[in-house]
Amino acid sequence: MSTDLGMPSTGVPHGTAGVPRLAEDATRQTKKEFTSDQEVRWCPGCGDYAILAAVQGFLPDLGLKRENIVFVSGIGCSSRFPYYLDTYGMHSIHGRAPAIATGLATSREDLSVWVVTGDGDALSIGGNHLIHALRRNVNLTILLFNNQIYGLTKGQYSPTSEVGKVTKSTPMGSVDHPFNPVSLALGAEATFVARTMDSDRKHLTEILKAAAAHRGTSLVEIYQNCPIFNDGAFDLIKDRSEQEARIVHLADGERVQVGPEGDRQVLVRGEGGVMEFVPEAAAAGRDVVVHDTHAGDPTQAFALSRLDSPQMTHVPMGIFRDVVRPTYDDLVRAQVAAAVDTSGGVAGDADLDQLLRGRDTWTVA
Amino acid sequence: MSSKTVEKLDRVVIRFAGDSGDGMQLTGDRFTSETAALGNDLSTLPNFPAEIRAPQGTLPGVSSFQLHFADHDVLTPGDAPDVLVAMNPAALKANLRDLPRGATIIANTDEFTKRNLGKVGYATNPLEDGSLESWHVHPVALTSITVEALASFDSLSRKDKERAKNMFALGLLSWMYHRPTTGTEAFLAKKFGSKPDILEANLTALRAGLNYGETTEDFAVSYEIAPAVMPAGTYRNITGNAALAYGLVTAAHRAGRPMLLGSYPITPASDILHTLSGLKRYGVTTLQAEDEIAGIGAALGASFGGWIGVTTTSGPGVALKSETIGLAVSLELPLVIVDVQRGGPSTGLPTKTEQSDLLQAMFGRNGESPVPIVAPQSPADCFDAALEAVRIATTYRTPVFVLSDGYLANGSEPWAVPSVADLPDLTVELATEPNATDDKGEPVFHPYLRDERTLARPWAVPGTPGLEHRIGGIEKADVTGNISYDPDNHDLMTRLRAGKVERVAETIGDLEVDDPSGEASVLVLGWGSTYGPIAAAVRSVRNTGAKVARAHLRHLNPFPSNTGEVLRRYDRVLVPEMNMGQLAMLLRAKYLVDVHSFTQVRGLPFTTVELADAIVGLAADATTSDDAGSAHTDQPVTSQGGHS
Repeated sequence: MSTDLGMPSTGVPHGTAGVPRLAEDATRQTKKEFTSDQEVRWCPGCGDYAILAAVQGFLPDLGLKRENIVFVSGIGCSSRFPYYLDTYGMHSIHGRAPAIATGLATSREDLSVWVVTGDGDALSIGGNHLIHALRRNVNLTILLFNNQIYGLTKGQYSPTSEVGKVTKSTPMGSVDHPFNPVSLALGAEATFVARTMDSDRKHLTEILKAAAAHRGTSLVEIYQNCPIFNDGAFDLIKDRSEQEARIVHLADGERVQVGPEGDRQVLVRGEGGVMEFVPEAAAAGRDVVVHDTHAGDPTQAFALSRLDSPQMTHVPMGIFRDVVRPTYDDLVRAQVAAAVDTSGGVAGDADLDQLLRGRDTWTVA
Repeated sequence: MSSKTVEKLDRVVIRFAGDSGDGMQLTGDRFTSETAALGNDLSTLPNFPAEIRAPQGTLPGVSSFQLHFADHDVLTPGDAPDVLVAMNPAALKANLRDLPRGATIIANTDEFTKRNLGKVGYATNPLEDGSLESWHVHPVALTSITVEALASFDSLSRKDKERAKNMFALGLLSWMYHRPTTGTEAFLAKKFGSKPDILEANLTALRAGLNYGETTEDFAVSYEIAPAVMPAGTYRNITGNAALAYGLVTAAHRAGRPMLLGSYPITPASDILHTLSGLKRYGVTTLQAEDEIAGIGAALGASFGGWIGVTTTSGPGVALKSETIGLAVSLELPLVIVDVQRGGPSTGLPTKTEQSDLLQAMFGRNGESPVPIVAPQSPADCFDAALEAVRIATTYRTPVFVLSDGYLANGSEPWAVPSVADLPDLTVELATEPNATDDKGEPVFHPYLRDERTLARPWAVPGTPGLEHRIGGIEKADVTGNISYDPDNHDLMTRLRAGKVERVAETIGDLEVDDPSGEASVLVLGWGSTYGPIAAAVRSVRNTGAKVARAHLRHLNPFPSNTGEVLRRYDRVLVPEMNMGQLAMLLRAKYLVDVHSFTQVRGLPFTTVELADAIVGLAADATTSDDAGSAHTDQPVTSQGGHS
């Protein structure tokens, strides 16, 4: 049995709707205001520094009151993130940040809630909470730092490490098949899924902006280099001479392509819907794949996520999916509001007295 | 009502037993409601299998509901039934051993077929072979009489008609004990309002049962039980789970904060989630999480946001929540964890009661992680325990355990409904201003600067300007809350957290001892749901002229300040528990007092008789043994455990 939840099907509120904003004429916040007094203690050269700087630099763009922003993290190198931001923050326990953030976002519409997590935290020990946050579509922005290794525990393979990886716990090479965070998120009914990279500040900031604007759970996978235990994991797409031929920049409404002009490859659908890159010249007359981030059906977005390979021949970057679906927390609040409305307002002592007495009382004189 | 004899009784214990699908819980509930409305004091014990529909007619499928009602105050659901309603051979076989000789059996003869008898190993029909001659057996063809009474209901199948047999049984019992049926009629009208033929059939079956008692010669006597003398007030009947749910809502209301329940369904706690999910209007948000860990995680998230965060579960769920409880200890945020205990270990006995999570609540976390524990003593007391847990959690900024159990959860009793305005004021003070200055004289906020009286830290919720701060599970520096690995700081913080919980004792009052003669040498000390059985046993021992003292712990951590002094006041202390001696272990460890543990883990509450025997046994020891304290030091009284 299902009930019409009475949610509007049109009108797309911003991800931060309901969060108090600075006055229109207020001075713009600075990056420094978002920087806490704590010494940052990541290893020299860690990709986390670049992400922290990008986030601190971006938060003023939101124009939100700083006290209404909360960062919740789990455990791992990335999860130290909240300590370095002068917002409210909670460094919680391994894998559970999405669950804690779900409770916070559901109870407090007036907060902009962010989750910072890593590939071990979000995909291994906390996999269950991640997929359920995504399917519920709680209004959260999840930044998943993927360095394909366990850093804080000093170098064991993670759920995104490639097969055969030799680590401290896999001296003969890992036999664990990894999963792809974007594919996983799409399979979990995510409404916003994007991928970016620590070293591309501009792209990272663009993605953060889109993720924050999305109402619902936004999952942002951020490729992040661990210089100590998995250095160079993303070199093939960071190297300027290589990246142009490898990075597939996803743009809404545009054909999916890779490579520099003159040596461009275009994605087409072949027999049985199988996608393949063909030289631009050979694409004429073929069924060229045009990216549609707002497509209701996630099939094409999923197919794009499958372009990934350990060889990084083609790596899609950007927004895979951005669709509108009522958020869990909005629906929960709407039900509470409806219950209050239909029963004549917020319950007072007399209403509670009536509840406690129930329908079947007797009196002893 | 007729020329039949009416006898007056002071108390009766009735047990309805049948197949899981026979509607025995509903029948019991309705009879209870009728009894409550008459003003008898009462106590109930539902007992049902974990399987929703075990194979029909088998012993594992038997479901029962016991009700004890009287013209005086009732402390337990009763040791042994005076009347057993057995809807089939399995119900008879499963319950006969609890039935004293001379008790009444009303058996549904229609179900005593060769096949059904065979299912439970009866070679011959016990209703006919003379094996029940020590009991008063009323063989009644409940099913066929019900079907016959509904002969004119052409729209109903035979199966539908048979289903109404529990209403026939209820009607018959209502006649026997002069219960009014108006409440049940109204209940049925509501339940089957949209199905007029089913409603009419149930009402007809109910009346047929009443008429059957009135007219058949087999039932010559009916009984009256006068109302109990109870303190003035407005009463209702309430189960422990309902009282707990209402207590939580009321506490949040009195605290002036909204409440979020994060929970994962688990027997026997799920009814609290069900109840609270229907109370949105009262400021309650419920979140059915993907697992136990997420349930408490969401609750803790809401607590961080300034709400009353609550999670409800049973023992296996507590095991999963342990790490998050530890986080809450470190974060020093209010959080209420309700553990409706059941038989363990592992899945154990999901629908049966036990008190075996006390040590899990005390110690089931990594590190030094003290958590206050409150245990309700009766179904209605679950309401007050919930208020007390919220009070401690918000005052001391700490997670708090409520240890209920399956017996309290599903059992019920009359409750003098309080007036909300008369309940304690639980108003919470949130931090709104910086509480310190830095070395430049600028105002700053120190999240771990403590209240001198309670040692609680400020509750500063997101959205409060100027108080932005970060908290986490890594050890924090005293006062500033910054990450600290300093050895002395960790030692200090560990002691501060422990000291804070110890200070709860300053606000809970002394352990009160019930010792009317003032001359008792034996103290019976219990906790939680054993209150009723212990009080009943002590009453029965006192009725023989013996002198026994009794006390009951509501707070298990910290204990009331005078607990050690009370323990030392008596030659012998008996500690009955539905576990293997967990409170006894804590008392021995903390107070070096050689308490005598009396334990059972049968999934059922203690009977008055077995507890009374244990008290008498220990009292006899105390009076005959000259070298008090040494003779039995290493041989604590222990129950035989199994009655087979």
